[in-house]
Amino acid sequence: MGVHTRNHVTVAGRHEGPVLMFAHGFGCDQNMWRLVTPAFEDHRVVLFDYVGAGRSDLAAWRPDRYATLDGYASDVLEICDELDLRDVVFVGHSVSAMIGVLAATREPSRFAALAMVGPSPRYIDDDGYVGGFSAADVDELLDSLDSNYLGWSAAMAPAIMGNPERPELGEELTNSFCRTDPAIARHFARVTFTGDNRADLAGVTVPTLILQCREDLIAPLSVGEYVQQAIPGSEMVVLDATGHCPHLSAPEQTAKALRSFLDALPASRT
Amino acid sequence: MTRPAHNGAVGGPSENDDGPSFSALLEDDAADLYDNAPCGYLSTLLDGEIAKVNATLLDWLGYAREDLVGRKRFADLLTVGGRLYHETHFAPLLRMQGQAREIALELVAADGRRLPVLVNSTVKTGADGAPLLIRCTVFDARQRRAYERELLRAREVAEQERARWQRLSETLQRTLLPPSLPTVPGLEVAAHYHAASPEQLGGDFYDLFPLSDNRWGFFLGDVCGKGPEAAVVTSLTRYTLRAAAVYNPDPVAVLSNLNSVMLQQGNAADARYCTVVFGLLVPDGDGFTLTVASGGHPPVVATRADGWVELLHTPGGQLIGILRDAHIAVASTRLAPGDSVLLYTDGLTEARDPDGSQLGEHHLVQLAQGFAGRGAAEIVSSVAAVLDDLGDRLTDDTALLVMTVGADS
Repeated sequence: MGVHTRNHVTVAGRHEGPVLMFAHGFGCDQNMWRLVTPAFEDHRVVLFDYVGAGRSDLAAWRPDRYATLDGYASDVLEICDELDLRDVVFVGHSVSAMIGVLAATREPSRFAALAMVGPSPRYIDDDGYVGGFSAADVDELLDSLDSNYLGWSAAMAPAIMGNPERPELGEELTNSFCRTDPAIARHFARVTFTGDNRADLAGVTVPTLILQCREDLIAPLSVGEYVQQAIPGSEMVVLDATGHCPHLSAPEQTAKALRSFLDALPASRT
Repeated sequence: MTRPAHNGAVGGPSENDDGPSFSALLEDDAADLYDNAPCGYLSTLLDGEIAKVNATLLDWLGYAREDLVGRKRFADLLTVGGRLYHETHFAPLLRMQGQAREIALELVAADGRRLPVLVNSTVKTGADGAPLLIRCTVFDARQRRAYERELLRAREVAEQERARWQRLSETLQRTLLPPSLPTVPGLEVAAHYHAASPEQLGGDFYDLFPLSDNRWGFFLGDVCGKGPEAAVVTSLTRYTLRAAAVYNPDPVAVLSNLNSVMLQQGNAADARYCTVVFGLLVPDGDGFTLTVASGGHPPVVATRADGWVELLHTPGGQLIGILRDAHIAVASTRLAPGDSVLLYTDGLTEARDPDGSQLGEHHLVQLAQGFAGRGAAEIVSSVAAVLDDLGDRLTDDTALLVMTVGADS
């Protein structure tokens, strides 16, 4: 099966334009970017869903492949390869920021730049590092995903799998956005919120932008500052927005900051 | 307040019912309904800051109005897990579709107690369609959550049971196959077993073993059906073939004896039969003489060192375990250095490609042309890769046994 179907890749904008690849974070799908992408119609805008999210092919999910963020980074690289994308500016929200780091470290020549929205290399506090969560907090998150399971499984999972025997389940679906397979979401949550990618940050060699909300419960300002210090030459813009999803709550600001970053990139790279 | 003239609408009170109790119902004013509703009400600004909250919810949580309004955000009332879920799923969902329903969350009361709730939220928009605020109704879900926890526990138990059954099944399956194949001088051998379903015991089997006088016996077959009953017959078949071959290794005699044993084994209700190939390898200079007998089994494929493919047809060979005097057909050939033979069960030839057409003998021959110049292990892994690619379309178990004569033997 092709990468296109596996990750429900959609391409918009100007075909000859520089490539902007948007990657969604945990809990949602490519729809997250819909308020920001219209501002970049002069670019070739590439969107996709990670396996398990949105309209991806759930049958392509393999526990061993997606046991670490590396598997998701492989998906990104395979999409780039399949579409023959070059000088990609990868815009990753939340966990996708780290997926972008892994992809850009593996194939630096493929990427022109990284833009990270609300990145966090490690969510759990550690000796001298403040990630914002205790190990118990993260356990509770994983548990809450379990208890939401019953709320999700009956209506959502069959609908996104297109259960042909029970079409009525699909029709009843109200949450048409952010579809996530509950079992895969649990696994993805574990990989995301228990991971530690701090050591990978130093390996980033492409120009990097960090977009950080003034108040973010998931990736606090101090985490953004940590990322900025750890990635050589990176720059950080603090948006006057709250929450973890400025691309939804403050799309104009987000697009503007991204545009300034793109404009300042060396011409040879985009 | 005067009661409006009653127009006799269906379901309305009777003409004579103008007592004080009914008018009290109608006097139920909106403010009171909001504050003392049987569910919690909460309104927030778009960034989640609490703008309005009803008495019911304050009572549930043990907060005073001034503790919350203008001071806390909705997410502040949630557990840490709920907050993460809120930020990554709930809030985005609300932003994108204007509403989110039946979201299971836990609120943290002033004294730290957890209150399981179900939340419905709607974004209120102004006349121009711009979002203004978020309205939430909060339903007490303690009973429901306890019930869900029970379901979840039951599900976990069921999953454990299933895993246990799967382990048992896999262990049993292994007992039906040789733990490893012996080393045959001058011959490279490799086998593969592809179970179509991890829960269902398959009925395919194979083996390779030494006989006296430097000769080797081997077999591969397929018992009809699946599951524990098929496993019993598979086990009987394997041990009978090994014992029969020691007694008289002539392939026709081996399968005839198996036929007799299988006919004895059961009453008509659970009678099982199989297709099987039994073969003898006799060293012959730099190669081997191969003799195969078949009871209703698909032909063995021989690939010569130069890529020429031959099917060792055994026409007229009948299923083993049904007829008293089943006809057993024999074929013989010489295997020279670089030659390979492939034995397989029909899971391979009946596998369907994405277009729905069977792999069939024709494609098998094409596949086998690629075996030339390759060793048994490489051949087996290439065929196994074909099977893996078929994924769910491979509905039957498949056993493969490949023997390649060493090029330098």
